Amino acid sequence: MSAHLLLILPLIIPFVAAVAALLFARWPTVQKGINIASMGGILAASLGLLSRITEQGIQVTTIGDWPVPFGIVFVVDHLSVVMLIVSAIIGVAVAVYAVPDVDDARVRFGFYPFFNLLMIGINGAFLTGDLFNLYVWFEVMLISSFVLIVLGNTDEQLAGAVKYVVINLVSSLLFLSGVGLVYGMTGTLNMAELSLALSEVGQPGLVTVVAMLFLISFGIKAALFPLFFWLPASYHTPPASVSAFFAGLLTKVGVYALFRVFTLLFTQDVGYTHTLLLWGAGLTMVTGVLGAAVQNDFRRVLSFHIVSQIGYMIMGLALYTPLAILGGVFYIVHHIIVKANLFLVSGVAKRLRGSFRLKSLQGLYAYHPWLATLFIIPAFSLAGFPPLSGFWAKLILTIAGIETGAYWIVAVAVAVGLFTMFSMTKIWVKAFLPGGGGEMADAVSSMGLGTRVMYVPIAGLAALTIMISVFAGPVYDLAERSADELYNSSEYVEAVLNHEESAADAGPRPGVDGRPGRVHAR
Amino acid sequence: MRFSVILRTAARLLVPLILLFSVFLLLRGHNETGGGFIGGLVAGISFALYAIAYGTAASRESLRARPQRLMAVGLGIAVLSGLLPLFGGGTLLEGIWVKWGGLKVGTPVLFDVGVYLLVIGLTLVIVYELEEHNPGLFPQSVAPE
Repeated sequence: MSAHLLLILPLIIPFVAAVAALLFARWPTVQKGINIASMGGILAASLGLLSRITEQGIQVTTIGDWPVPFGIVFVVDHLSVVMLIVSAIIGVAVAVYAVPDVDDARVRFGFYPFFNLLMIGINGAFLTGDLFNLYVWFEVMLISSFVLIVLGNTDEQLAGAVKYVVINLVSSLLFLSGVGLVYGMTGTLNMAELSLALSEVGQPGLVTVVAMLFLISFGIKAALFPLFFWLPASYHTPPASVSAFFAGLLTKVGVYALFRVFTLLFTQDVGYTHTLLLWGAGLTMVTGVLGAAVQNDFRRVLSFHIVSQIGYMIMGLALYTPLAILGGVFYIVHHIIVKANLFLVSGVAKRLRGSFRLKSLQGLYAYHPWLATLFIIPAFSLAGFPPLSGFWAKLILTIAGIETGAYWIVAVAVAVGLFTMFSMTKIWVKAFLPGGGGEMADAVSSMGLGTRVMYVPIAGLAALTIMISVFAGPVYDLAERSADELYNSSEYVEAVLNHEESAADAGPRPGVDGRPGRVHAR
Repeated sequence: MRFSVILRTAARLLVPLILLFSVFLLLRGHNETGGGFIGGLVAGISFALYAIAYGTAASRESLRARPQRLMAVGLGIAVLSGLLPLFGGGTLLEGIWVKWGGLKVGTPVLFDVGVYLLVIGLTLVIVYELEEHNPGLFPQSVAPE
């Protein structure tokens, strides 16, 4: 299979699936099948990309056969492919879970077409090597997520969606302004070329200002302190399938963008930008975990924990050593799987007991011990209990922090880990253990076929968590390769800029450095 | 809602004209200002006008396809135009051009036709949906007084 086809398949598959789902708008069953096939196809294509990259290094392709700095490039390095694979895994899990979870009314109003469109946006963001194109994929992602979050039209959903939509529009506006300024400074939006051009701009102050625009914009999307408040206000409102998908992936696309931009583009003034990121990371961890402590709704507790966990990932980026970035990437992988799984568990609990409130769930363990077991695995992993995956992720970050001498952030990270344990224990005690209430007698609810189907993806993701825990090696290796490529961005830059020379009809072009006039900063 | 004779008579003349104009816009987009998006909007307007004059039931009937289906077909054509070059060993969305007499026709035209259908479908989903949730916005029956 040609590299070009392999690179565009993660976009083509969901696009075709969205069209097919629209065509079969009146047959929900067909749509469900199409969706599962589509997500499976994306997973297969992503795994194919992984093997291609392991053999041949960073893969680059152009769209519409425009030569490199002018046209849009798709670039896949290890970080991209890891993100593609993990998001496809969540896609498959949620596609199966949604079969019983999403009602027919929602399906008729386009749940599956928009689910696939959301996947296009996410995959596009991971694939693109062009800053403006990244903006476009963010918009594709946001517009589909707007639809998914209000689909069903309940008052609660609309209230949550207003906050979600407004703050994300602000974020997009800042992103677009940043893109405009970057183009004005350098005359290019190709990220590889920008990586060289930005260091040639004579005004480091201006570059830092633009970096801050991107930090705020992606910070909103990634739910970084102090821009996270929209997340706990909206993620608990849609059906569990949607909130699991959002919780697992959407904020992580923002994190991915931060990783990409602050390793490839804005590394001129690391002392300033990355120190700011480190403060942001610390405060994000603390506020998130404190927010979770006072919540009494299953999904709200989990939502605040997304915020606090984002802090760990950004901590890896902010410390900016190869080991720290490795820790950050490992944390992203671990977190996406675990967090999506916890939301899926909350959906089953809701289905069994009719509520997300911890008090009304009380005593689940007595009647559904398997659900309790499946909750314990991701919950303890999230809290960083050895030997589960969260422990390794936190361990790597802690070591990286001590190595760089940033003791305070290590202290914060460890303390927040303890508080996370407290929150998970709270859910365990309140929702799963029997309480003092006398409503236990009528608590036995029958398990329909639908609920059994919902156990399948939960068990699968829990098994994957254990795999990452026990056989952490392969994931560690992938994270290490990603971190190396991110830390030494020259590999990425060379792969993209050398691609133009191999392109069939690209004429002879001067080297990147000998191109007067490209950088026209005054 | 009362039917307006003036509106009905005007609509009968205007609808075909507007449709024709929308196709003109679509084709003009090949080399000049215009294109599938604006053409689709204009075509959507003609069906909306018909709905205002004769009711959504009549408008739906004259469309002969569900607007959702139109959207799906439009999207499908657009995807196809992007994928076609792949079969000839090209890249995604690369233009393939055929000389047809003095006329150059290529995949971008196909893409525009896809957008055209998609936009008509989208506009009409919204217009018809508005009517369903606010009965009385447009006349309900096709029968004149």
